[in-house]
Amino acid sequence: MAEFCMPSLGADMRAATLIEWKVKPGDSVKRGDIIAVIEADKGIIEIEIFEEGIVDKILVPSGQNVPVGTVLAIIRSGKETAVKTEGKIVEERATKEREVQVKPGHEGVPSPEITEKEKRIKASPLARKLAAELNIDLSTIQGTGTHGTISSADVEKAAKEKELQEKAPVTEIPKKPKEEEYQTGMRRAIAAAMSRSNRDIPHYYLETRIDMTNALQWLEAENQRRSIKDRLLPAVLLLKAVACAFKDVPELNGYWMDDRLQPKENIHIGFAVSLRQGGLVVPAIHNVDKKSIDELMAAMSDLITRTRAGRLRSSEMTDATVTLTSLGDLGVETVYGVIYPPQVALVGFGRISEMPWAENGMLGIRRILSATLAADHRATDGNRGAQFLGALKRYLQEVSILWQK
Amino acid sequence: MNGEPQEVLKTTYREAVREAIRDAMRRDERVFLMGEDVGRYGGCFAVSKGLLEEFGPERIRDTPLSESTFVGAGIGAALGGMRPIVEIMTVNFSLLAADQILNTAATYLHMSGGLFNVPLVIRMATGGGKQLAAQHSHSLEGWFAHIPGIKVLTPATLEDARGMLWTALEDPDPVLIFENSTLYNMEGELPVDAGAVDINHARVCRQGNDITIITYGASLFKVLDAADILEKNGICAEVIDLRTLRPLDDATYLSSVAKTHRALIVDEGWRSGSISAEISARIMEGAFYELDCPVERICSAEVPMPYAKHLEQAALPQTETIVTTVKRMVGTNG
Repeated sequence: MAEFCMPSLGADMRAATLIEWKVKPGDSVKRGDIIAVIEADKGIIEIEIFEEGIVDKILVPSGQNVPVGTVLAIIRSGKETAVKTEGKIVEERATKEREVQVKPGHEGVPSPEITEKEKRIKASPLARKLAAELNIDLSTIQGTGTHGTISSADVEKAAKEKELQEKAPVTEIPKKPKEEEYQTGMRRAIAAAMSRSNRDIPHYYLETRIDMTNALQWLEAENQRRSIKDRLLPAVLLLKAVACAFKDVPELNGYWMDDRLQPKENIHIGFAVSLRQGGLVVPAIHNVDKKSIDELMAAMSDLITRTRAGRLRSSEMTDATVTLTSLGDLGVETVYGVIYPPQVALVGFGRISEMPWAENGMLGIRRILSATLAADHRATDGNRGAQFLGALKRYLQEVSILWQK
Repeated sequence: MNGEPQEVLKTTYREAVREAIRDAMRRDERVFLMGEDVGRYGGCFAVSKGLLEEFGPERIRDTPLSESTFVGAGIGAALGGMRPIVEIMTVNFSLLAADQILNTAATYLHMSGGLFNVPLVIRMATGGGKQLAAQHSHSLEGWFAHIPGIKVLTPATLEDARGMLWTALEDPDPVLIFENSTLYNMEGELPVDAGAVDINHARVCRQGNDITIITYGASLFKVLDAADILEKNGICAEVIDLRTLRPLDDATYLSSVAKTHRALIVDEGWRSGSISAEISARIMEGAFYELDCPVERICSAEVPMPYAKHLEQAALPQTETIVTTVKRMVGTNG
């Protein structure tokens, strides 16, 4: 028996509203499944589950605002049998709190029949046929018929909702009635995080200028060969180069927590996305160092689309190990970022602009990028930061190496 | 039939059946009627009243109280080239002639290697609701629909009461006609030139999109009443009169179910092993993927038909039950 709680999507998050359940009792779930949608200050976020099992009970109905940590649902591991009274759950929770070591799956022989029965989706033959035609996943539908049976009307309703979602993803956030409140909420969230950062983190800043001429030429040549939809943006090169540089200087990728640096092995880069209606969110692109340039491009466009549509996943909101912010599009020369706690570094990119550039006694016009590192002096010193910028520069000047990585 | 105003005649179901017999007797001299009390008494439901006077004792023949004998005689007459109409008082008594019907009439063509067909028509009253108790009130037409080699007709409307007999007489094989006894007094209008009707097709009596209600015989009118009530509740029921229980017109009700995605069968017979069970099974076979909820049935209670009026009515399918069942079937998905 596991509890699925309202997650904390940032140290500043206190509560959130449960908007929608994507599962119902009896559904089986596995790690990474999106099981609910919540609305927090940061926007609408899809919540993933990290357990494997069967949804036993939903404790918080949609529409309710609950504090972080509230138990939203009970997940039964596949081996456990069903049917538990509420009292027993509470009791079990109490026991757990006292002695932590409670072995699940001990309270009886599993009955495969019950599990099988619960997994079965009750839907009318017509509903099944229609769902197949309309490409609707029956497990995502809550039936309205006798015993929760899914009828064709339920499928049609789900299809209509799906169509609306696909048709106008961008308009979803502006449509929210509590727009102003939501804006205020987001501002407050940013305010809390940034105040904490400036209060607690002794920042140091390093800046370098990188000649991007070769990299961009390479990119243009590469894009010539590609169809329009497969073309690469300069941002994807920057993303990849940053990840590679963090691999070389791992101390910058991680958290400062419990008074010590906790470097992280995975490189999940928080990618600042500004929202059209104001504010910003910083969802993570996972394992950037392990992804190819093409995979990264796909991940980036997917993330930006979903961020602006307000459909982010909880893990994307919480597990960034470092942040990247790029304001070059708006004409900014240099970015001096504020670190997002508990991270220990933030990489900023300004505009790539043509400049007179002296090299080897020659003067030429080159395309130059300003890159900055804001880092937590508790975690690292300027020396490591400098190594990072050096590595970054090297990767961006030798794109062929980057391409191989 | 072509939309032009027609001359109509006020009549009853009883008179329509009588007119059908009279018409057949006039058109074909091989046709004759025999059965218990059909002559001097005018028929126990007064269907053949006046026919003895008109056609004489040769062609309107009273028989002894022996169903096996006179049904057998009818089979013999049919084999001999006549076109007999045999009347059995009620379906319960047809069991005394079951051997003749099943073992002789239905099998002769097969057992004679196609040499002898039996152009026999047997009429009988069926159904409850007239306080005639458990030996005169059952609906056993579903049983006869089990038998290969015969046709089973259940005229519900005046048109069918008037028109099915001649078509049945023209059929080369045995045809059983079941007249629900509660319908004999039903009044209505019939075109003056009403005549023979087709006996191979079910009829959609009312168009609708929300549910298909399949029925036959006297239950048709309870279903139509229910459909009127349901319409006021925003439910549009399609009503199908099966008309013929053997052979069943699958195409009509299957295509209706494909349109409405729900099916209810109303059958005055007992539920277990009934014609409603057969139709339900065929819907599963032929329209399973069109169904949006389980097929349901409303049948008579599985008891010998009670004599007491309130109990008899409670045992029979009723309009209110149809209304609530349909509301539940359609409503839960609305």
